[in-house]
Amino acid sequence: MQFTANTDAQRAAMLEAIQVSSVDELFADIPAGLAVDRLDLPPGRSENEVFDRLHAVSRSNASLTCFLGGGFYDHFIPAAVDALAARGEFATAYTPYQPEAAQGTLQAIFEYQSAICRLTGMEVANASLYDGGTALYEAAMMAIRITGRSRILLDSGVNPIYRNMLYCYTSNLSIDFEEIDVAHGQTDRDSVRRALTDETAAVILQNPNFFGAVDDLTDVVDVAHERGCLAVVSAYPVSLGLLKPPGAMGADIVTGEGQSLGIPLSFGGPYLGFMATRLKHVRKMPGRLAGMTEDVNGKRGFVLTLQAREQHIRREKAVSNICSNESLCALRAVVYLSLLGRQGFRELALTCARKAEYAKSRLAGIDGVEVKKSAPTFNEFTLELPGDAADVVARMIDKGFAAGFPLGRYYPGMENYLLVAITERRTREEIGMYAEALESVL
Amino acid sequence: MQNPEDLKYTKQHEWVRVEGDTAVVGITDHAQEELGDITYLELPEDGKSVKQGDELAVIESVKAASDIYAPIGGTVLEANRTLADAPETINTDPYGKGWICKLSNAASGDLEALMSAAEYTTYAEGLK
Repeated sequence: MQFTANTDAQRAAMLEAIQVSSVDELFADIPAGLAVDRLDLPPGRSENEVFDRLHAVSRSNASLTCFLGGGFYDHFIPAAVDALAARGEFATAYTPYQPEAAQGTLQAIFEYQSAICRLTGMEVANASLYDGGTALYEAAMMAIRITGRSRILLDSGVNPIYRNMLYCYTSNLSIDFEEIDVAHGQTDRDSVRRALTDETAAVILQNPNFFGAVDDLTDVVDVAHERGCLAVVSAYPVSLGLLKPPGAMGADIVTGEGQSLGIPLSFGGPYLGFMATRLKHVRKMPGRLAGMTEDVNGKRGFVLTLQAREQHIRREKAVSNICSNESLCALRAVVYLSLLGRQGFRELALTCARKAEYAKSRLAGIDGVEVKKSAPTFNEFTLELPGDAADVVARMIDKGFAAGFPLGRYYPGMENYLLVAITERRTREEIGMYAEALESVL
Repeated sequence: MQNPEDLKYTKQHEWVRVEGDTAVVGITDHAQEELGDITYLELPEDGKSVKQGDELAVIESVKAASDIYAPIGGTVLEANRTLADAPETINTDPYGKGWICKLSNAASGDLEALMSAAEYTTYAEGLK
């Protein structure tokens, strides 16, 4: 889809056609106090000047070896992902406005949705949402719509960034949240059972949880269902190459951050929220949905389906105000998954897990460092350090490492704990150098 | 299609048929024609209690999604579950097999505010 700018003459013709004297007049309904008079922007610069400026800014990037995760991971991205995603035909963040004219885009979205279903073990996935946190918020709202209840139980092992997003998005709504502290790094079954009431819409869980702990949440899901409550699981997609998928645990809604599937870290975005559910809940699911069908001649074709849920039809009663998606990021994800294939994806997950186990054993040998072992982990684990982890992280930057996530930032009392992530990109040498650097800064 | 004489009608194009203590509710022929092919109904749960004008159900067609409002207050006794598999019944038989739900409390004074078949026919003609 091309972007073609309008000329002044075309603008004038359009204004005349609708009998409006100026573009400003179209914004006359905005109260004066809310309208922006002017943007305080510096004068324009030449392309050459802009290039020099951005180049100078980019030089201040630190090139660190990444042991930092917390929901976003430094995975290798095959060149084919960039090559295919950069094709002009795909260069839009939106599902098309004249969808059926864009069969290739719809097919890519459909294949992405199918891949997400297979990864999560669920029946239907949407065309994507903005990021993992937004997806989790949408899942909470969806559970509230389905159950007609307004209480949400939130496991404290759910990514604290996502939890903050949930609180932010819902701050003007009447939703009661209750956080359930983890017990020995895992979902506390007894606390969940005690906190569940007949008003609970959903229990929100994460696997592996923020501390890296891997869990089979089937029993927690069962307990939720006994009270007529839904189970929402946020999952790390790469882990699903190896771990039991949330669908097999009985989850009703599965969400997650798709950044690990071929999308660069890029200092925080754009990322990719995925969401999948059971077919019986599809009409309560937000987001766009590509479907496969047959035309009058019996030929395969792709459409945007179940649009009656969306705001251009349902207006203020739409199941969500999100009708756009992260098409380009979703495309990267499906290209990435297709390149790896079922076997390759499994090997990727296995490599991450094995390297993490190696790192755990290497780091456990450092005096004063304790690897937390209360639960099995996938590619991320928690270290207890002899001092403040945030200070250690600062000192490790000078050694060339993004050393991990200091848990004290979101978990009071855990100031000495560091969350360390290992991906397939980390070599034995890098892990060795990391261990030596860590030993030297303690 | 003629709007049956024995029904009462709303401006939102619902109809009510009183059968003893029960009120059967559906949408009019005009409504189904405006909506086009009906693809899905979100039916109310049995026992749901509504006031006149409350949202009762949601109807989706290939063109639009609309709310169906309770023409009178009452409690949902039964919804027409056959519509789940065959929503198009509303297109083919809006006043018969395409009924949507049954409400209790049919003696309600709410009925008095509704239109007769003749009034509704004139009203619907005026919208065309």
